[in-house]
Amino acid sequence: MSRSPSGDRVALWRNPAFRAYVLQGVLLAALAALIGFIVTNTMANLEARGISTGFGFLDERAGFSIPQTLIEYSGDSTYGRTFIVGLLNTLLVSALGIVVATIIGFAVGIARLSPNWLLARLAGAYVEIFRNIPLLVQILFWYFAVLQALPSPRQSLSLLEIVFINVRGLVIPDPQPLSGFAATPWALLVGIIAAITLGVYAKRRQARTGKALPIYWLGAGLIIGTPLLVFLLTGAPLEWSIPELTGFNFSGGVRVLPELVALWLALSIYTASFIAEIVRSGIQSVPEGQVEAANALSLPGGITLRKVVIPQAMRVIVPQLTSQYLNLIKNSSLATAIGYPDLVAVFSGTTLNQTGQAIEIVAMTMAVYLVISLLVSALMNVYNARTLLKER
Amino acid sequence: MAGESMRDVMIEARRPPNAHRGVLKWLQRNLFNGPINSVVSVVTIGVLLWALWPFVQWALIQADWLGDSRQACSGEGACWVFISARFESIIYGFYPEAARWRVDIVFALMAGLLAWLAIPRIPGKRWAAVIAVVGFPIAAYFLLLGGHFGLMHVSTRNWGGLMLTLTVATIGIVGSLPIGIILALGRRSNMPLVRAVSVVFIEFWRGVPLITVLFMASVMLPLFVPTEVEFDKLLRALVGIMLFWSAYMAEVIRGGLQAIPSGQDEAGKALGLGYWHRMGLIVLPQALKLVIPGIVNTFIALFKDTSLVLIIGLFDLLAIIRAGLTDSDWLGFATEGYVFAALVFWVFCFSMSRYSQYIEKRLQTGHTN
Repeated sequence: MSRSPSGDRVALWRNPAFRAYVLQGVLLAALAALIGFIVTNTMANLEARGISTGFGFLDERAGFSIPQTLIEYSGDSTYGRTFIVGLLNTLLVSALGIVVATIIGFAVGIARLSPNWLLARLAGAYVEIFRNIPLLVQILFWYFAVLQALPSPRQSLSLLEIVFINVRGLVIPDPQPLSGFAATPWALLVGIIAAITLGVYAKRRQARTGKALPIYWLGAGLIIGTPLLVFLLTGAPLEWSIPELTGFNFSGGVRVLPELVALWLALSIYTASFIAEIVRSGIQSVPEGQVEAANALSLPGGITLRKVVIPQAMRVIVPQLTSQYLNLIKNSSLATAIGYPDLVAVFSGTTLNQTGQAIEIVAMTMAVYLVISLLVSALMNVYNARTLLKER
Repeated sequence: MAGESMRDVMIEARRPPNAHRGVLKWLQRNLFNGPINSVVSVVTIGVLLWALWPFVQWALIQADWLGDSRQACSGEGACWVFISARFESIIYGFYPEAARWRVDIVFALMAGLLAWLAIPRIPGKRWAAVIAVVGFPIAAYFLLLGGHFGLMHVSTRNWGGLMLTLTVATIGIVGSLPIGIILALGRRSNMPLVRAVSVVFIEFWRGVPLITVLFMASVMLPLFVPTEVEFDKLLRALVGIMLFWSAYMAEVIRGGLQAIPSGQDEAGKALGLGYWHRMGLIVLPQALKLVIPGIVNTFIALFKDTSLVLIIGLFDLLAIIRAGLTDSDWLGFATEGYVFAALVFWVFCFSMSRYSQYIEKRLQTGHTN
């Protein structure tokens, strides 16, 4: 029994520690009851509907085709394979979207800070327009209002007679690797590793001697030069299959689905409006005095930007940028509205309708997104801890 | 003492010389101050004209506004007749025509309450808040659903259009805010179990896309309850939306709670206040005020995402417009339809964001420097 500061006995139910235990006990009991309620009901419902549980359906034949697959797939493939195909399609559109959204977002964010009144206002208008319109409306707009209004294959719009766009999608040249091409990707990997090693060495050397290496040029040279050299030494083993109009359709080249183009456009343009604001706030968060101090030390403009402003701005930008990337990945699930075969469309949609395994399928789909989210935020925390302002 | 070198009267303020004002000076200072800026300006103007002019011509100058069928469309510009012809269903969905006055009353009540709450000059905010949180939902429930007081029952299956969008958004907002507050307090609680449950709940919903939550709500929720329980489709979607957005709301509010110095809570303790008093009277009012921009941003995101209910077969504003496009009388008006939907959503979201900026300035009671 506890005592109050004045030494009087306190009733048990006034003791905070005791109350905390009781409250948590009640919470635990309520949770257990809720889970029990759900499990019993679900079991009863599944039995009543004659649905079996378990992941056995993943080995069954899917029997439907998918218009875009990055790996081998046919109607005879299993539902498990459908899952992989959908996941890869989700990752593809996310990766494409992240690259373009970042480019547009940084350009617009910097343009908003331009001393040119017109350019700054135009960038501001971009942000206010695109972030205040639901992404789904934008996806449907690009798909139904713009891409469906494009001409038929015979009247395709073309760029240099190499890239064509029409109502059935985008047709671009397709690289065909010949024997011996395999050495090039390896050379790229070697180049990247060499560049990273050089970067680490240059940093240590600069810390020791104060002398800087032209690391950006050297790194770029290693990453681009090594594979290029290997590519040329192996006799340039790559052929391009150029699309050509034969009859009513194109032969050669690779066709990008209009659904992918619409989703890609909408995701990039929408996310870019948020990234632009993040970039602007990041740059504005660097105090003017930092630039003035750099000027006082007579650092050139480029170095001021690279070594003083950008590192500090990135501290503000990167965490928010990461959550925008996560949003983009999650938003790619809207693909199902226009029929781009992403994870949600082929798995939570078609597969669920065919098998009725609602619980397993929804759980698997959610698990994929959860794992992606948790992975990205774990990486983010590592980055954040490393770049955190060190206060002494 | 005052010599000739001093004046006795103030000189009237004079306008700056002509060379420092006027349109031309403004243009020079803002657009053409230097060669690079001039090039940038010319290119920007060019791009604007190239992109905007065809749109203005299509949407306004060559557009058709009057008529009641597609015969009124000349085909040269936009045909807004599509929108005006379907305007009623865009607002009310499939709500029976005879009962639409009830929706109008709810709209009017909502607009009045919003004005009361939003315009600082109108007094009695406390009453407005009570009516908005307690009175209005009850009134709206009886008016929209009917079935009592001699009003015809209108099943939620017939709800649609802007009315459904606003219903989902309002209930989502009103529901997710209090759940979010509880979750945020739970996440900062000293009790390990309460904290763990809150963290898992928040991180789970934030880690998955809303669309999978809606799928879950529409296919799994009915399995979770006894077979006899009839679970309305709209209600299922609302449960999903509230669970999802309360997690986001919780993180926004947690940010505010973290920004309040612990001395505030300790002062409350020193006064002998219990937990709920400290939170309700000292910590939360300050924390919520700090994160108003974040809360409104979450409202805006929620409002935009109400459009996703079309994927599980509810006929919100966007879905109604989309359905209109598949009507054989109106094939080929996708651009008009989606531009109109975009405009409606944009007006709502943009005004919310502007209002939040205004209120942020108004509530700025600290000293800025």
